[in-house]
Amino acid sequence: MPYTEELKQLIKKVEASRAARVEKKKKGEEVPLLSLRERQERLEKYHPDFREGSRREIRVGPSKGYAISPEIVNLLEAKSRVNPDAIDLTKIDYETDVLVIGGGGAGTSAALMAQEAGVRVLIATKLRHGDANTMMAEGGIQAAGKETKDSPYYHYLDVMGGGHFKNVPELVKTLVTDAPKSLAWLERLGCMLTKFEDGTMKALHGGGTCRKRMFYAADITGAEIMRTLRDEARNRPDIKVLEFMPAVELILNEHGHCAGAVLYNIETEEYFVVKAKSVILATGGSGRLHIRGFMTTNHYGATGDGLVLGYRAGVGVCFLHTVQYHPTGVVFPEQAEGILITEKFRGAGANVLNIDGEQFVNEREPRDVESASFIREATEIGKGVPTPSGKVGIWLDSPIIDILMGEGAVKREFPGKYILLKRFGIDICKEPMLVYPTLHYQNGGLEYNNKCETAIPGLYSSGEVSGGVHGENRLMGNSLLDVCVFGRIAGISAAEYVKGNPKDGKLNLDHVRRYHKELEEAGIVTDRVAPMILPDYSNPEVRKHQLTSHYVGTMR
Amino acid sequence: METEDKKREDLVPIFIMGKRYDVPSSLTIQKAMEYAGYQLIRGCGCRGGICGACGTVYRFPGSYKIEVGLACQTMVQPNMYLAQVPFFPATKSVYDIEKAKPTIDTLVKAYPELLRCLQCNTCTKSCPMDIEVMDYIAAGMRGDITKLAELSFDCVMCGLCTSRCPAELCQYNIAILGRRLYAKYVAPKAEHLVSMVKKVEEGKYEKMLRELMETDEETLKKLYTARETEPEQAGEDWIPQDKTYL
Repeated sequence: MPYTEELKQLIKKVEASRAARVEKKKKGEEVPLLSLRERQERLEKYHPDFREGSRREIRVGPSKGYAISPEIVNLLEAKSRVNPDAIDLTKIDYETDVLVIGGGGAGTSAALMAQEAGVRVLIATKLRHGDANTMMAEGGIQAAGKETKDSPYYHYLDVMGGGHFKNVPELVKTLVTDAPKSLAWLERLGCMLTKFEDGTMKALHGGGTCRKRMFYAADITGAEIMRTLRDEARNRPDIKVLEFMPAVELILNEHGHCAGAVLYNIETEEYFVVKAKSVILATGGSGRLHIRGFMTTNHYGATGDGLVLGYRAGVGVCFLHTVQYHPTGVVFPEQAEGILITEKFRGAGANVLNIDGEQFVNEREPRDVESASFIREATEIGKGVPTPSGKVGIWLDSPIIDILMGEGAVKREFPGKYILLKRFGIDICKEPMLVYPTLHYQNGGLEYNNKCETAIPGLYSSGEVSGGVHGENRLMGNSLLDVCVFGRIAGISAAEYVKGNPKDGKLNLDHVRRYHKELEEAGIVTDRVAPMILPDYSNPEVRKHQLTSHYVGTMR
Repeated sequence: METEDKKREDLVPIFIMGKRYDVPSSLTIQKAMEYAGYQLIRGCGCRGGICGACGTVYRFPGSYKIEVGLACQTMVQPNMYLAQVPFFPATKSVYDIEKAKPTIDTLVKAYPELLRCLQCNTCTKSCPMDIEVMDYIAAGMRGDITKLAELSFDCVMCGLCTSRCPAELCQYNIAILGRRLYAKYVAPKAEHLVSMVKKVEEGKYEKMLRELMETDEETLKKLYTARETEPEQAGEDWIPQDKTYL
């Protein structure tokens, strides 16, 4: 729905301050960036990670005692979906060299590289191939791609600063040095990145970058990358894809190596056994857990499945004590709530403003600091913009971009968001957007190294399911980069491992039995099962009427 | 059976595959189906209008017109009769992008049915993204790869065009072939990337990165704070003062 009369009145205050803000931009005057100390104070006071009850210790498994989001702990302190004794692992339904779990950016990149290395590849994915957070990433992909002004050295510094200097250095180094190569790989695959007429790729700033190195494909960079990778995978018929077949458990062999997975056909409710010489976990993030009750920008399938699978098999987790809230999720209209408004708007010059049309923070702080500043302005300072549904938002002044970059820039650079909000009667070339922090990214995840190896031989991890490269807070444009860089590496590593003829052996699910026992010993009595697979958005009123006492015969 | 819920004033009737449900008028089709009691498996993906999983067709009583929308982006309207089209069989040509040429021959060889287009414009009318589908198909028929790529850029590959095409084209797969040909062969190459990749491969940044990796946190923080920032409004030709680590 279009802005209400009340909101339209408030927009006048944004318009009133616009001319002066344009002048400041032209003179290069910005709201000063916070010092590292000020950043820390702001996070500790206002970021949701620091709120009471935002962390709880895990009581079982390899990272026992580590305090993270209770929503994730609940998944880890849950039983398997299947009774390990009910599955006959001698009956193999699918056999492959490399099993890739997850059909998003990381999984598909891995599949392409493994296939190129000459091994058999099978992708198993929960929904359709390409249904992933990669598809939804908008703003861009970082790479030090212009040697006259940038280098991996500066990219490294930015990544570390964004992640509070806690990132795993080896992973960061790999990310920033492989970045130009990955971008060139995308160009070679025919990914339509936005360019000047001479072929120079256009680039913008992102929060926390010191050089403009955010390359992009309009405002649907992730979708363009994902559909290109998927099309390429479909051009290679020896990459097999199983859709609507999430993995629910990893399978190990008698030597303790990863040797496959149990898949679940979510349409027929059957379980299948895949035997593989190596397995890549590329299941993505967990926004659909709605941590701290926040709305999310994430895909329907982002339920943290890979964390559960890897953890149960014995891989530790790290950096899950921080969660990324993207500063600018839609808060009005209600129908579009939670939908991501790319950081590229701020990279292109859009100011963020309070109810009086005043600036209160530089629009290009790292995401966690920016989000904390929004929350501060809306709560303690009390200058948020109230919405008709009783929420509160901050203005993101998109029309200023047309003034700074020339008439038509908003429509040209942000066609996806223009059409999305136009459907609701809001013209973002003329009216600002109303936004608020929204759950966006799983900063941490499974422990792995820069070859994507985990603690278990034959098991690789790649993309958002993994932790370490982004430290405690990821910068914009480094997730698309992450899935390309570490997706490719995982594919190469897994194929190499296969070529080294890993020992074959009897398959088992003993780790699941052990895990169940550990839960019992820790006194955890629960009927929760994990992975979650899909979030439950069913209507409680309908639930009340679902009275089947137990399921018999054909009617579920 | 008069439940509390049915007394709500904002409820409107919609017909999901012909069956009536009363749902709040403020919901999108997707949320309305969940409100009605559906647990979505098919026909739901990003929930943000970009993945193309939730193409939906609907009609109103007394109207000949078939309307389309993405379920996650379209608000319910009273008396709409709707069905999702979560999957539609499509032709997908297998080609080697490394060997393909950006010509009409490539398009026609991959998708001979391209030339069957009747120019009826049903595809354009069926597009929930308001893309000029028929125009990009026409561009393809002329061998204008650039136009084909540009006009089809916003395509979410939902398949609604394909479901309604009387000439049985699979427009969105023709479009992605066009875009890949354009990006790989027609658009000029990013030369800056070629030279950067070369420098990386020669190991130019290896030593300085190793140094950073071994630096203690306090020094790292100093380097971070002191780093020179490219002004937001700087032009393409901006060059930093400190070139030590370039």
